[in-house]
Amino acid sequence: MSNSLRLSRKIRVDVVNMTSSGNSSHVASCLSISDILAVLYGDVLVKDPSTPRLATRDRFILSKGHAGAAVYAALAESGYFPTHELLNHYKNGSNLSGHVSHRSVPGVEVSTGSLGHGLGIACGIALHAQQTGKKHRIFCLLSDGELDEGSNWESFLFAAHFKLSNLIAIVDYNKLQSIGTTEETLALEPLIDKFRAFNLDVVEIDGHDHDSLRTALNISILTSVRPRVIICHTVKGKGISFMENNVLWHYRNAQGDEYESAMNELNTGK
Amino acid sequence: MRSALINNIQTELASNPTSYLLTGDLGFGIFDDFSQKYPKQFFNCGVAEQNMTSVACGLAHEGSTVFTYSIGNFSTLRCLEQIRNDVCYHNSNVTVITVGAGFSYGQLGVSHFATEDIAIMSALPNISIFSPCDTFEVESLFPQFLSLNSPKYFRIDKSSCLGLPLYPLKIGVPRLCHQSSSRIALLATGGIVEEAMLAADLLKSDGLDPTVYSVHTIKPIDAEFIQTLPSSFDFIFTLEEHNSFGGLGSILAHALITQSSKPIGFKSFCIPDTYPSVVGDQRYLRQYYGLDAPSLASSIRHFLPL
Repeated sequence: MSNSLRLSRKIRVDVVNMTSSGNSSHVASCLSISDILAVLYGDVLVKDPSTPRLATRDRFILSKGHAGAAVYAALAESGYFPTHELLNHYKNGSNLSGHVSHRSVPGVEVSTGSLGHGLGIACGIALHAQQTGKKHRIFCLLSDGELDEGSNWESFLFAAHFKLSNLIAIVDYNKLQSIGTTEETLALEPLIDKFRAFNLDVVEIDGHDHDSLRTALNISILTSVRPRVIICHTVKGKGISFMENNVLWHYRNAQGDEYESAMNELNTGK
Repeated sequence: MRSALINNIQTELASNPTSYLLTGDLGFGIFDDFSQKYPKQFFNCGVAEQNMTSVACGLAHEGSTVFTYSIGNFSTLRCLEQIRNDVCYHNSNVTVITVGAGFSYGQLGVSHFATEDIAIMSALPNISIFSPCDTFEVESLFPQFLSLNSPKYFRIDKSSCLGLPLYPLKIGVPRLCHQSSSRIALLATGGIVEEAMLAADLLKSDGLDPTVYSVHTIKPIDAEFIQTLPSSFDFIFTLEEHNSFGGLGSILAHALITQSSKPIGFKSFCIPDTYPSVVGDQRYLRQYYGLDAPSLASSIRHFLPL
């Protein structure tokens, strides 16, 4: 098993433990991006967990802040802080809030939680790197439902206009948002055409296929000329059969038998 | 005041290569040569204030000093959550600059009245708020504000008060503009300090002329200054081109109640909690709401009968 596959399994186990123990929401949103995070933290991001603010690090921003548990898990499993701290998630007095927070959590660049903020911040970081000749890359992970927020489209206009070729926006396109499908809520299709019309470099991949993720994510800013958007076709709740493609698990967490079944599936790799 | 501020920002851009000025597609005639002079530091972000503010947070995240520029409500209320979550929560070194404070754009209609901004911005933790009344305050305090590595809000008025005394100013400490022997004070903020000074003049013959202060820093206000007010004055008036909720009057009253143990008379002159149905220039709208010097003088006489 590759490093990133091992990491994705650890992230999934961690987020189920965290959300079940913390009685918190968004486990399915976390499972949807576990492979993306595993490839980023396992194989793509230039980073040094012992120096979280390393100047040459690639920046990663989780704009869909409600999947904070998955980022905390990726960071802990990558050595930014001890994994035993993960179970503080959602607990009274903890720094590990439901929505991702930079406060006292090494490795988190910025806090999000209200949708439609991360990409603009990523644009600012990318603009600074571009203007000062820095070579790091800026990755920003958005949800599909998040694209309802108009501020994202301001940011896509900005990124294309200023040719932020160091910016990689990743869309977790699992087609389910808070209370229904994306098409029922505010139809996004044809999504790829929208991004192309914004003059962005768009690729579409299976967001659970690690080889495809590695290829799409690991771009060199020396050859890239436009901001990249990676549409990752994903399955909400991926890895736990009864959570997959079921909107119920946007808010629910696994307890009792459900928890046992979820852990069993993850441990046996079914 | 706007030119003085722009000059100060230019100086900062010239001396600090990682400082940035972002505009929300405003500043025709004043930023014309900025893209040539500062191609790596000046960016027109378009009519997209939410993104502009998040971009500012991203630039500041990398250690930069950042200014955002637009008209009153556009770079404050339109993008309020970006200011709250991105700028203030991250304690970013971002200065939000607005022109057109109060009724500066009085003929343009309610969309352009910046009359609730102090209330809303002052409720955000970490932010400092600057509301100067003349060029001298801009010139004197800009470098001090710049040294704060935290969020700032500059509210620039079209009107400006002329002929005020010049002496070294300090962030947070209101500027003494007119000293009276009466035990009455009038504290105003922004260009409307000119009406306060004129009102003081009109009240001189009655012996009711107040000591006038310009409250150039709305947040924070120096605690020592607040604590000394009740021993120096029996009655305090405030004056502002801002809604009655959450403006200078509210902030000062709250400060007095929480920081001083001595009772003091208090009356605030401000805009009632309503949107006007008329438009007009700044002078007209001040008169409309009784915030011009003759109306103020008459109101003060009414409250303090001889």
